[in-house]
Amino acid sequence: MKLRIQNGRLIDPSQDLDAIVELFIDNQKIVAIGDAPDGFDDAEVVDASGQWVLPGLVDLAVALREPGLTQKGNIATEGRAAVSGGVTTLVCPPNTRPIVDTPAVAALIQDKADEAGMANVFPLGALTQGLEGTQLSNMVALTDAGCIAVSNHRSPMASTKVLSRALEYAATHDLLVVFHPDEPSLSEGGCAHEGLMSTMHGLAGIPEEAETIALMRDLLLVEKTGVRAHFARLSCAKSVEMIADAKASGLDITADVAVHNLLLNDQVLDRFDGHYHVLPPLRGDEDRLTLIEGIKAGVITAICSDHQPHEKMAKIAPFAATEPGMANVEILLPLAMLLMDEGDLDISTVLTCLTSGPAACFGLEAGSLSVGSFADFILFDSTARWTWSYESRKTKGHNSPYFDEEFVGRVMATYISGQRVYQVV
Amino acid sequence: MMRSEPRALQLNEHGQLKHFLTLDGLDKTLLTEILDRAESFLSMGEQSVKKVPLLRGKTVVNLFFENSTRTRTTFELAAKRLSADVINLNIETSATSKGESLLDTLQNLEAMQSDMFIVRHSDSGAAHFIAEHCTPNVAIINAGDGRHAHPTQAMLDMLTIRRHKGGFEGLKVAIVGDIMHSRVARSQLQALTTLGVSEVRLVGPKTLVPSFFAEMGATICHDLEAGLKDVDVIVMLRLQKERMKGALLPSESEFYRLYGLTEDTLAWAKPDAIVMHPGPINRGVEISSEVADGKHSVILNQVTNGIAIRMAVMSMAMSGQLQCDESPMAGEDK
Repeated sequence: MKLRIQNGRLIDPSQDLDAIVELFIDNQKIVAIGDAPDGFDDAEVVDASGQWVLPGLVDLAVALREPGLTQKGNIATEGRAAVSGGVTTLVCPPNTRPIVDTPAVAALIQDKADEAGMANVFPLGALTQGLEGTQLSNMVALTDAGCIAVSNHRSPMASTKVLSRALEYAATHDLLVVFHPDEPSLSEGGCAHEGLMSTMHGLAGIPEEAETIALMRDLLLVEKTGVRAHFARLSCAKSVEMIADAKASGLDITADVAVHNLLLNDQVLDRFDGHYHVLPPLRGDEDRLTLIEGIKAGVITAICSDHQPHEKMAKIAPFAATEPGMANVEILLPLAMLLMDEGDLDISTVLTCLTSGPAACFGLEAGSLSVGSFADFILFDSTARWTWSYESRKTKGHNSPYFDEEFVGRVMATYISGQRVYQVV
Repeated sequence: MMRSEPRALQLNEHGQLKHFLTLDGLDKTLLTEILDRAESFLSMGEQSVKKVPLLRGKTVVNLFFENSTRTRTTFELAAKRLSADVINLNIETSATSKGESLLDTLQNLEAMQSDMFIVRHSDSGAAHFIAEHCTPNVAIINAGDGRHAHPTQAMLDMLTIRRHKGGFEGLKVAIVGDIMHSRVARSQLQALTTLGVSEVRLVGPKTLVPSFFAEMGATICHDLEAGLKDVDVIVMLRLQKERMKGALLPSESEFYRLYGLTEDTLAWAKPDAIVMHPGPINRGVEISSEVADGKHSVILNQVTNGIAIRMAVMSMAMSGQLQCDESPMAGEDK
């Protein structure tokens, strides 16, 4: 099928492109930008007047909750939520039930995702069996089955020795390992950033050193083993410095941050609202601002939603007793645009971190509208005022502090391989 | 010190208490009003008929998710002296232990048409959570939530200080021991700074006194002599024995040697200093028997004052709830 997108402002940082030009799609791929190729007179025309035409977003952290946790969400609902937020490619974590530690579970997720026909889904495989941190998983089989990388998610390793061996093994087979740096003996029992707010409110703190001590260990092991590494959900200023130093010393690593860690600090814990209970925790403003600086400097190259849908009861409890996580994949782009509104980041940087940046972290063929790419793109009305509500949400999750918030900027339509999978009606 | 949102939750539109969750955000006038109200109840304990009808016809539920004989008893006594009907529920051994959620438990109790919940819970913010989720017109009194707040304990301590020292201006107060895990210390610090003492010192090793308390207006002292030097009031906190052998402290004996209050270390304070303790006390762990029973000790006065403070707070919160009833805006901020 041929498609011609006209009159839209096409912004694609991967090509340094920002212009009102036409986009031509044939047989799922982008075949031209600007001038029509031969034979496009019979193409279906989409008028994108007044809208931005952007690469589909690439989100490195969307929990789909299936298999096993379908009271919180499933591949169809969360896939639908993702495309309504403009996410055309997503990476899902291995902490399902059962855990993604066998090729069968990886295949199940992809089959269900294909059936749902929503975003392109790439599961992470478990680094160790059952994420128990003791026995290495069949990582090669997992990646052969479609896992894009391996990770022990937030589960601790039994020892540094096991971690070291896991990295050596992954390096042997050139697998990408995703780290969530955390020293469990320091973070255990904590639910909030260790600082003035947690002290005032008597909430057990998670010190920054829980992240940075683990990060330092992980970086040393990455250097030693030569494994390909990505560091997920950084939250501390010191972590940004450490990643920057490691990159400067020649380590080939990447890093991401959750959008809420860029927008919020621990002051929001004022009323013990469990919707702000996330891991890693919302930290102090200095940390938040340094994370933004890390993006400006190219130290952090991906912003993700860290979408964690939960059932209602998961958040109906005193703060520490609530389950951590927000379900914000539907509003990833408007949230990220807030960073631009505040003057912290420019449009190109924001969009890079939502498209080609995360795609490059994981070596995905996504996040670009260059000729030859799959036609994964969105139409975005940057001036639309709209309110995201609990009633209108697509996610099965009940947990967001942003319900009833008015946003400026809305994803109006999402296309994957040239097929429209979502449109605001 | 910052003022936070809980003020909006616990005051009605006339600025009166409708819940009592924390001292954070409550001003000097209101705290003084609580103390004055308590003073008026104090003499009642000495009369042959120890009752007033302020809560007659009201049902007060002691909702204790954590054990506490002393606090529960004084709340019960206070409610009965206000003529309320009182129900005691030890939730640890009932519904939630069978898997019922806190919200379900709460809704069941609301269905029994209670007027006031006295809540103790091991989670910080539990009283806020209940106040946010319960139906309007039910007053929530925080009887201790996690490490967060124990506002009636702090206010009975303020009453004790005022009765012995005449006021708060210019006083130096030392709070000694396990500050990090103490909801009492947090509430005391808020009360003392609001009421205008000149200095609050928090005394203990770094493992028990995090530096962030300095940002809440306290002076941090890791040396007992510096902490007690010329203070008017000493508050000793219970050192929870279960924490002793963890990584927080080497031993009871080492803590007692460095931070225990004895007749010798008490001498560093002003000659007329008073000694307080929220109880239960560990003799020979944080305080010597000579000091606990000595002329400086006002520990038993604290217990007596606790009943009056709880009567004051309960009557004021119920009155604040009734004011909400009369207002067309009732319940809007729920």
